[in-house]
Amino acid sequence: MLSGADILIRSLQEENVEHVFGYPGGAVLHIYDALFKQNRIQHLLVRHEQAATHMADGYARATGRPGVVLVTSGPGATNAITGIATAYMDSIPMVIISGQVQSHLIGTDSFQETDMVGISRPIVKHSFLVKSAEDIAEAIKKAFYIATTGRPGPVVVDIPKDITNPMDLVPFEYPEQLTMRSYNPATRGHPRQIKKAVAMMMAAERPMIYAGGGVIQGNASEQLSRLTRMLGFPVTLTLMGLGAFPGTDKQFLGMLGMHGTFEANNAMHHCDLLLAIGARFDDRVTNTISKFCPHASIIHVDIDPASISKNVVADVPIVGPVEWVLNEMLTEVDAKLPERTDKQQRMLKEWWAQIEGWRRQECLKVVPSKDGKTIKPQQVIQALYRHTEGKAIVTSDVGQHQMFAAQYYAFDKPRKWINSGGLGTMGFGLPAAMGIQIAYPQEQVVCVTGEGSIQMNIQELSTCSQYGLPIKIINVNNRALGMVKQWQDMQYEGRHSHSYMDSLPDFIGLAEAYGHVGFQVTELSQLDDVLERALAMTDRLVFVDVLVDPEEHVYPMHVAPNGSMRDMWLKKGVRT
Amino acid sequence: MRRIVSLLLENESGALSRVIGLFAQRGYNIETLTVAPTEDRTLSRLTLTTQASDDQIEQITKQLNKLIEVVKLVDLTEGEHVERELMLIKVRAGPERAEVKRTADIFRGQIVDVSPDTYTIQLAGTSEKLDAFIRALAVTAVLEVVRTGVSGVSRGDRILAI
Ligand SMILES: Cc1ncc(C[n+]2csc(CCOP(=O)(O)OP(=O)(O)O)c2C)c(N)n1
Ligand SMILES: [Mg+2]
Repeated sequence: MLSGADILIRSLQEENVEHVFGYPGGAVLHIYDALFKQNRIQHLLVRHEQAATHMADGYARATGRPGVVLVTSGPGATNAITGIATAYMDSIPMVIISGQVQSHLIGTDSFQETDMVGISRPIVKHSFLVKSAEDIAEAIKKAFYIATTGRPGPVVVDIPKDITNPMDLVPFEYPEQLTMRSYNPATRGHPRQIKKAVAMMMAAERPMIYAGGGVIQGNASEQLSRLTRMLGFPVTLTLMGLGAFPGTDKQFLGMLGMHGTFEANNAMHHCDLLLAIGARFDDRVTNTISKFCPHASIIHVDIDPASISKNVVADVPIVGPVEWVLNEMLTEVDAKLPERTDKQQRMLKEWWAQIEGWRRQECLKVVPSKDGKTIKPQQVIQALYRHTEGKAIVTSDVGQHQMFAAQYYAFDKPRKWINSGGLGTMGFGLPAAMGIQIAYPQEQVVCVTGEGSIQMNIQELSTCSQYGLPIKIINVNNRALGMVKQWQDMQYEGRHSHSYMDSLPDFIGLAEAYGHVGFQVTELSQLDDVLERALAMTDRLVFVDVLVDPEEHVYPMHVAPNGSMRDMWLKKGVRT
Repeated sequence: MRRIVSLLLENESGALSRVIGLFAQRGYNIETLTVAPTEDRTLSRLTLTTQASDDQIEQITKQLNKLIEVVKLVDLTEGEHVERELMLIKVRAGPERAEVKRTADIFRGQIVDVSPDTYTIQLAGTSEKLDAFIRALAVTAVLEVVRTGVSGVSRGDRILAI
């Protein structure tokens, strides 16, 4: 016989949960007491519940295992909302346990009551309001199952305080098996569709592979790389997919989309066959949808049937786990490859020649400042790449620095590039890095941020001191909400309405106040040296504040509205 | 195009709000909605009508299917089906009583309540038939209209069951 609170903890242990990110409060006091009395699960205390959700999220993105969050009712629950939405938009497996007021008080506007199931409904994969202590174990079992299978996502489990009461004991047995008649995610793809897709791949003259975060989530990077190499096709990755195929490989054309490379966006526009894998044709990728891939037949592989033909109609839809589908494709391609005619091989060569032509544009070439001192933000990422040898786990916040990181840090492996793509949540980078550092204490974890974004969860520097998290924060400091300012430059005739960060704190003093190390870089000549010193301090959090050129824009950039994928700004005032 | 989507839903609290929330969240419209438990008390049957193109209804049904509590779903308008809506309509029944009664008879409506000044008529049929009946009652004043919304079932052997 156990209390509801103990049942909850035991259930989490049954799910092999090692870390819980949270913040206590009235409605979860019984649960916190149960946590106190055990030592299998480590609880990490944040300074704001939003950070707990991002920590769990970063943890999940880096490890592939679900992140777990524990918050109290009312303000604790509402503070978690941004993080839940962030995880939802990027399909991250997460279980959020929120305390609720006592059952008899629900609906009475009682102290710290909020309808968490209602508020979170549009941003969760599913949610439970648990009614009795006897139901807790099954709800947790279901929550983990739903969060981690099919297209993953966050699941909220809202638990009223009274059912966790230590005085009320009920029998506990963790369910071995689950049967859910209404939830059966696909476990395999349609073999005939796969055959059809491969036949199209063999006949294509200008093929293109476009892969996204689903490949990483579906643990199919290995398969994607093998398939791409076997076929000899060009491949591009979405912001969420970076690392799913080696960023340093010749066959990789770079990221596509709004800030994608000239070659990737042009190859998308001109291809005659598009193999889309675990990507969802987001508007930041496609530009004007009616002008998207005008010549291509489209094969779309995704675990979520609702992602297929949502924005762009697929000629060959394949619903299934990407790993399974790609394994089947590999077998089929292996069998069909010898039948590829000379003509097809010649066409592929010509296609590559055309792509090499686009590559010669060198759209990401960095032009150093004339004075030789001012640091270009791109140079910061390039230097970071050099000094980490491309091996760090890099999180980012949202803005120009995020795009520069995506463009200039070549990720060769999956789960090394962690950012909020779908929701674009400023404030994500630091807590995400913290969650990752908890999961991988030995890895080098770097947070690339901006002076705007970092201030959205800067209080977590305190949590970092508490747990000794030796993260390296690279603050690409342009003294501006750079991305907003860029749009104002380009679309509002340079009217910088509230895109300046006035009265910035002394970041070095701030880092030191929290017990960390802070360095500032003001000139290009110092950059390498400071980065090297910072990265060498493997047991300390180092905040590196790099003052960069505030005038820099991110290019290429899609021309919008009404542009196609190949319509891009290449630098200030220069477009295709 | 008008669609009738009928689905089996876990009979749990919160399930209905997920269906309705989905429509609001994704900008789909709901014209009518009916829901009640089935002979199996663990399931509710929900029927709704919406205006949607072929592409839109494909998205709607896929998104509905993604809801964990939706067990099974059919777009009745894809095949032959029977649809019915029930209406209770209260009308002024003064000097034109006889005319109102005749009209109700023609439409096979039943008068289910009578007062010195009013008739309450019950009528079942397709939505168009109910609309036509209301128009035909132009001779008198309509005081109150209550419609259940559409429910329906496929013709022949096709069934929606688990
Ligand atoms: C929570 C949140 N609020 C607002 C925005 C809109 N936004 C996108 S980028 C950006 C500027 C970010 O500034 P900074 O972190 O300094 O990065 P920079 O673009 O300067 O590199 C803003 C305000 C957002 N993405 N997230
Ligand atoms: Mg900035």
